[in-house]
Amino acid sequence: MSETGEYSNDLPHGNGDLAVPGDGETPARAPHRVIGTPPPAEARTLLGTDDGDPAPAPRELPADPPDPVKAKRAERVVAALFILSMLASIGFIAAYIGLEVHSVDAVLRSNLALGTAMTVAFMALGVGAVIWVRQLMPDVERTEQRHPMASPEQDRKAFAETFKEGAEASQFTKRPILRRTLIAATVPLGLAPLVLLRDMGPLPGTSLRHTVWKKGMRLVVADSNMPLRPEDFDSPGGMITVIPEGYQDNDVALAKAATIIIKFAPGELIPNRPGNPGTVMNWTVQNIVAYSKICTHVGCPVALYEATTHHILCPCHQSTFLATQGAAVLFGPASRPLPQLPITTNAEGYLVAQSDFDEPVGPSFWERG
Amino acid sequence: MNMASGTPGTAGEGPMVEGSVEKALAATGTFLDDRFHAAKGFRTLMRKVFPDHWSFLLGEIALYSFIILLLSGTFLTLFFQPSMTQVVYHGTYTRLDGVRMSEAYASTLNISFDVRGGLLMRQIHHWAADLFMAAIMAHMIRIFFTGAYRKPREFNWLIGVALFTLGMLEGLFGYSLPDDLLSGAGLRILEGVIQSVPIVGTYLAFFLFGGQFPGDIIIPRLYIIHVLLIPGLLLGLITAHLFFMFHQKHTQMPGKGHTDQNVVGQPLYPYFMAKTGAFFFFVFGVIAALATFAQINPIWLYGPFTPIAISSGSQPDFYMGMLEGALRMFPSWSTEDVLGHTIPWNVFIPGLLPIGLLFTGAALWPFAERWILRDYREHHVNDRPRNAPTRTAIGIAVIATYGVFWLEGANDVIADHFDIPLYTTTEVARYAVFIVPVVAYILTKRICLGLQHKDAHLLEHGVETGIIRQLPSGEYIEETRPVSEEAHAVLTARETEQKPLAVPGRGDENGVPDPANRGALGKLRLRLNRVFTESVPLPVGNGHGNGHGNGHGEPERAAVTAASESGLPPGRDDAEGTSNSANQLPDDGAR
Repeated sequence: MSETGEYSNDLPHGNGDLAVPGDGETPARAPHRVIGTPPPAEARTLLGTDDGDPAPAPRELPADPPDPVKAKRAERVVAALFILSMLASIGFIAAYIGLEVHSVDAVLRSNLALGTAMTVAFMALGVGAVIWVRQLMPDVERTEQRHPMASPEQDRKAFAETFKEGAEASQFTKRPILRRTLIAATVPLGLAPLVLLRDMGPLPGTSLRHTVWKKGMRLVVADSNMPLRPEDFDSPGGMITVIPEGYQDNDVALAKAATIIIKFAPGELIPNRPGNPGTVMNWTVQNIVAYSKICTHVGCPVALYEATTHHILCPCHQSTFLATQGAAVLFGPASRPLPQLPITTNAEGYLVAQSDFDEPVGPSFWERG
Repeated sequence: MNMASGTPGTAGEGPMVEGSVEKALAATGTFLDDRFHAAKGFRTLMRKVFPDHWSFLLGEIALYSFIILLLSGTFLTLFFQPSMTQVVYHGTYTRLDGVRMSEAYASTLNISFDVRGGLLMRQIHHWAADLFMAAIMAHMIRIFFTGAYRKPREFNWLIGVALFTLGMLEGLFGYSLPDDLLSGAGLRILEGVIQSVPIVGTYLAFFLFGGQFPGDIIIPRLYIIHVLLIPGLLLGLITAHLFFMFHQKHTQMPGKGHTDQNVVGQPLYPYFMAKTGAFFFFVFGVIAALATFAQINPIWLYGPFTPIAISSGSQPDFYMGMLEGALRMFPSWSTEDVLGHTIPWNVFIPGLLPIGLLFTGAALWPFAERWILRDYREHHVNDRPRNAPTRTAIGIAVIATYGVFWLEGANDVIADHFDIPLYTTTEVARYAVFIVPVVAYILTKRICLGLQHKDAHLLEHGVETGIIRQLPSGEYIEETRPVSEEAHAVLTARETEQKPLAVPGRGDENGVPDPANRGALGKLRLRLNRVFTESVPLPVGNGHGNGHGNGHGEPERAAVTAASESGLPPGRDDAEGTSNSANQLPDDGAR
């Protein structure tokens, strides 16, 4: 602050303010007339230049808008908007206190009240501020010079010199053994954190090749968990989602084992023959067929079934499978049929699995083979 | 700031109060300056000039959406439980009473129905995320078409590409957190796409999900990535983005007195501060209005995630639509059992290629254009899109292709609404993705050149006044007046355009070919260069007269010339009839 002291007599608040900040209570000598926040050029204590130039900078911004009448009108509008914003904010607090939630209707009411108040509060502030800028602040346009981003050549040279000096002083360039061992030391240091990520998950192993289906396991209807008999299908058509009994709460198991069953009219199914893929008839019971519900594209559940055309459709990417022909791909991005689950009936007449799927279900992966 | 208002004995109006205000400000300023030596720097800062144009607000929308995301997101973390522990719900939303769900889903229901303002904050957060991505896209499109990524701003463009990529991930992870049926399907698709990566895909999926899908840890992992890792990166990159913008000064649109050596606009304090503050309130107001009146992501209607069910018409947030469309569109190609391995091209290619090409292409573009044009100068005045016809055409072609993917991502909805067979939409998209960009390119380029013709015509003949005058000779002519100075400045803002490289097969004045143009790469560059520099010449004399008497416009009609065809020796700046002193700037590639 010592440099500023030499011209501090020009400042409206005298020496004390500058030299001893704590002394700010000293009464000001004949303060300049200032309207509102002092423009920078006048508040020299705040913005004094420290290059020793005591002359106040010439005013660069006009102090008042060109049309005082218009400005006065705008001032009222802006003030009204700010008051509106204030009221809306108070309304927000009132709505928060006054409106309960804990039911769908109440939540929607509360949301409407809080949201409207918030919208008005922000919008009124925004509109008010824009009118303020446009109608009240005198319009100015300033031109500032740009300088090329590139530094002058001598600065670059100086930088390069300094950099080289530092590199030499550090001995980094001169002592290759230090340099090489340092680099050698950082390589494994960089690899070490990768090792730490190893326990983020188990290795896949063969886990994607199997599901929890096994011989004799009953097919139960999803949600109701009721086992099914072939007689429960009174007529062909319709698709039912079934899951392995006892796994209704195991999402990992369900994500692979979810299965759909469809009953067909006799003769509708196209049997699997060499060179002509179709439904494996040995894996069906009374024209009831079970396919994996997990799409072979990227694993969405194939949830739509069109009984007239026997199309199974995945709603995610519209892979379409023909249910009568071993769920062969008819359209869409999936490249493989839905795997067929071998089913039969047990001694009590319930539908059960003959075994697990004979191929991995769901989306393809490198190790699938 | 009104520090004096609380001072006793200063109530009321008059010079006393204003003196006190000034004194208080002065005292504060002194206090701070004693400690930071900031007076000079801050004065310069307050005077810093910001150019004005509506399109410069797009980036601000993104910035303010981000701030709103931070605020609303922090509120949500106070109540959200990122846990996949299964619970049975017995809460306010009775339609899901007794249903098994994860704690994440249950706590989202809780935020929606039992926390006052919780639903509003959720919807604000989601709308702000969508607006954030939309604003980034619009901002990037603006930057691209005006060439604002050119030297010295390439790094800010790269940061922008990174912000866009991170924003997509952040959004995907964010809307997956409630663990509802819709977002769960999204995660399932993500898992399927990761699994499709040859060799390492299965491992990547197992490491991300902590085992098989869905596992019990993906939500906590996405949570910490969503609330800490990516926001931290975004914050850092946004800070750098703003710092670079500040340091390099904003670009400006062409206009009277706007040059590459200056910046014209209004000072930061008080103008830009007030305007940008107002704009923050606007953005917040619009998002609040959307959150109030437009329901978004009503997860209670979707139900909790279960791997055995899905709702039809499943759509991701709009910024993921392109990936979704690619997955839907791609044919069912895959390589089964080659040396015991499977490569599901039908997932791997659409999952990674379109988005990879888009981001890689965007990142490389400024450098590619620089190489093709050999343009090593700084640019601070933006291009009008018409004045860079090839760039504009490529940009439109990319956007159109993106649009095809994006629409295909909603093909089931389109098929349903417009009663088009579902498969037809996909078949059409499969062809459109190749045809649309070509058509878009050709059309856009023609339109740009047409607009250049119009500009040249305006400059040469002036503005038509609609007044017909009969000359003493009996001839009728239409009166025109020269374009205004402001318009003239805009229309002629092409004088710094890059000139074409040497004509192939010819050398410089001495017949020596430029070594940079040799070889296959050099030839490619020349060809591209000719395409990129195609333009309609500005009329000689720049149309300050009314243009009468200099023939009737045969030159500009015939003049869609790549200047390489003009037959003039290379290196002559007046090959297009415009003087071009700016072209003589030093070539930093030679440094």
